[in-house]
Amino acid sequence: MNYQDSKKLPAVMENIREAMRFATSFAATMKLPPDRIMSLEMSVEEALVNIVKYAYPAAAGYFEVSCRLSPENKIIVEISDEGIPFDVLAKADPDVTLGVEERKVGGLGIYLMKKLMDEVSYRRENGRNILTLTIMRK
Amino acid sequence: MDVKNVGDVKIINILPRVDAYNAKELEDGLNDLLTGGAKKLICNFEKNEYISSAGLRVFLAVLKSMKNSGGEIVLCSLQQSVQNIFDISGFSRLFKIFNTADEALGNFK
Repeated sequence: MNYQDSKKLPAVMENIREAMRFATSFAATMKLPPDRIMSLEMSVEEALVNIVKYAYPAAAGYFEVSCRLSPENKIIVEISDEGIPFDVLAKADPDVTLGVEERKVGGLGIYLMKKLMDEVSYRRENGRNILTLTIMRK
Repeated sequence: MDVKNVGDVKIINILPRVDAYNAKELEDGLNDLLTGGAKKLICNFEKNEYISSAGLRVFLAVLKSMKNSGGEIVLCSLQQSVQNIFDISGFSRLFKIFNTADEALGNFK
């Protein structure tokens, strides 16, 4: 595998596992420790699920997962779509200290992503939503 | 769904992987048990290596529903990586979590 690779698939739930495996295989080839691979896998899943659910309300579309190793020894995974503008990071974090009654069901995925990754950023570029996940290869 | 009955307690063996793709099956399976009148559930995570937010939300929904109906759901045998996800989510404080299925059964005696 090259130090850079990408995969584009139709944005449907049936394809999320394949896209996740693509990212985790890249990370494994780059010798990311297993617990960090799991963190990456969860973060990629959350990003893909958001695209499947919200990016293309009117028509079918694609998601693309691009992986590379940076000179700073970081694994960088970009997840992009051509759907409606949507910054998943803009959403407020859930209050994880609440009790059962007050706690809302859902809204946890992006919070987990922010906690598990070393860096997460969003940009809108050329009609695409691009979410960048960064994890140190240590 | 893999369910074992011990008296009136149902022990559910959670799959190695619970993600957005199969969380609905888990939700349906657990809801079937609740509809069938189950009041005491133990979810055994011994084989579970991966649970994403899609899976977590299922457990929170069942916990809420059982609190309202006078039942109880407890968890056991979480692997370290899974425990970590429960900790970050604040779920470790919402659920009773036991080290083994036997200890979890003790909760219902």
